[in-house]
Amino acid sequence: MKTPIYFDYSATTPVDKRVADKMCECLTTEGNFGNPASSSHEFGWKAEDAVNQARKDIADLINANPKEIVFTSGATESNNLAIKGIAHFYKKKGKHIVTCKTEHKAVLDTCRQLEREGYEVTYLDPKDNGLIDLEAFKAALRDDTILVSIMHVNNEIGVIQDIKAIGDITRERKIMFHVDAAQSAGKVPIDMDELKVDLMSFSAHKNYGPKGIGALYVSRKPRVRIEAQTHGGGHERGMRSGTLATHQIVGMGECFRLAKEEMATDNERIRMLRDRLLKGLDGIEETYINGDMEQRVPHNLNISFNFVEGESLIMALKELAVSSGSACTSASLEPSYVLRALGRNDELAHSSIRFSLGRFTTEEEIDFAIEKINANIGKLRELSPLWEMFKDGIDLNSIEWTAH
Amino acid sequence: MAYSEKVIDHYENPRNVGSMDKDEGNIGTGMVGAPACGDVMRLQIKVTEDGIIEDAKFKTYGCGSAIASSSLLTEWVKGKTLDEAGEIKNTAIAEELELPPVKIHCSVLAEDAIKAAIDDYKSKK
Repeated sequence: MKTPIYFDYSATTPVDKRVADKMCECLTTEGNFGNPASSSHEFGWKAEDAVNQARKDIADLINANPKEIVFTSGATESNNLAIKGIAHFYKKKGKHIVTCKTEHKAVLDTCRQLEREGYEVTYLDPKDNGLIDLEAFKAALRDDTILVSIMHVNNEIGVIQDIKAIGDITRERKIMFHVDAAQSAGKVPIDMDELKVDLMSFSAHKNYGPKGIGALYVSRKPRVRIEAQTHGGGHERGMRSGTLATHQIVGMGECFRLAKEEMATDNERIRMLRDRLLKGLDGIEETYINGDMEQRVPHNLNISFNFVEGESLIMALKELAVSSGSACTSASLEPSYVLRALGRNDELAHSSIRFSLGRFTTEEEIDFAIEKINANIGKLRELSPLWEMFKDGIDLNSIEWTAH
Repeated sequence: MAYSEKVIDHYENPRNVGSMDKDEGNIGTGMVGAPACGDVMRLQIKVTEDGIIEDAKFKTYGCGSAIASSSLLTEWVKGKTLDEAGEIKNTAIAEELELPPVKIHCSVLAEDAIKAAIDDYKSKK
């Protein structure tokens, strides 16, 4: 067993060897290196065939039409294209957007940008289990609401939102519905025939594919129009210009194809490992699981170890590659905004660790992690004045702290 | 974030961890920071009748740099007079531990902690 052990599959995944092999076939003189847009010769046709196959494999995972898949550079671009694209195209209809406080920054910051452009955005509070309150959601919709953007699976706490129920509400009100599925594709079954979703963002690198490639599903029935954000050669039916990166696209197609084949067995194995990890931490007092345990992907375990500060715990667990908060925010000293939105107090938010498991996680690795965590929580609590006060029965809320 | 070797050393082998009876007349206790901010330091000093710090203990809830800052401080204050200990500047701690700019507040907290402990001791006299 090699250390550090990777428990950060929600940040990114290694490229599956089978995917990497396919990608390598699309680079050199001997390979399929042509420009898929070159319609005048065989190099172009071959590259176009490879792109079409990938488009089909991606569409197959979500039961969509390949023509509904628009390639982008990743889920961040897909989210930008979907949200700005809809807002700009339908601005005459209204200028109100509804989203949730626990969305990824790619959605939240895009919404902030639209606010600067004169749009109005409602940021819903989730319930304390991380799920959206459907009644509060309905109440937030207005006659001038043009778009709802809600993520399928949360990147920090792994909870699964009820996309079916939300889509039924938005479709009835004729409001566009965008779903950020970066963390759900390949983990949760998605059937576009059943879900009333107009746009959905995907990423390859969360799914054993390469970084730098993603896709946006844009529904054809009913037809959804978006304003392009990148202009140029009119690729991807004018929605996203730029030469298609054959090797990246082939990589994404292959990892989505594998996901369709292996999702059920992968999930079952990962659930078993996650439960083993959870059971192994059972003996530690004062731990709190963040997010609903039922409506949750098995890949994620987000726990707050009360009275132990997250960054020092990560330092103690140097043989385990875990994260506190999300990778995008852990450079800052602020506690996770997702956990704050759940109503967790700052202490518990500061004390949280995200373990995310994946295709290559083993039982041996889980057992090693359990041992390390148990040993180090004890050590850090011995160092913690808060733990001592808690053990002495002192109510920490009764103390006047000197905030700094 | 990469930590300096000195921070890692203090973090992995913290010096003078523990508690002393805060109600004793010769013990000064300083507790600074707040759980909501992600760090709380408690520094205790035991002072002789001629005003020399003969022992120091700490407990810290916080990141590696906060733990290292308080651990280092307990080493530094032992054997010093109250006046000398009160003159320790956060910049000296930050320099010794090679703290990056985002962690300077940990050394500030340590300076506040020793000042608070000295004040607490003096208030008992």
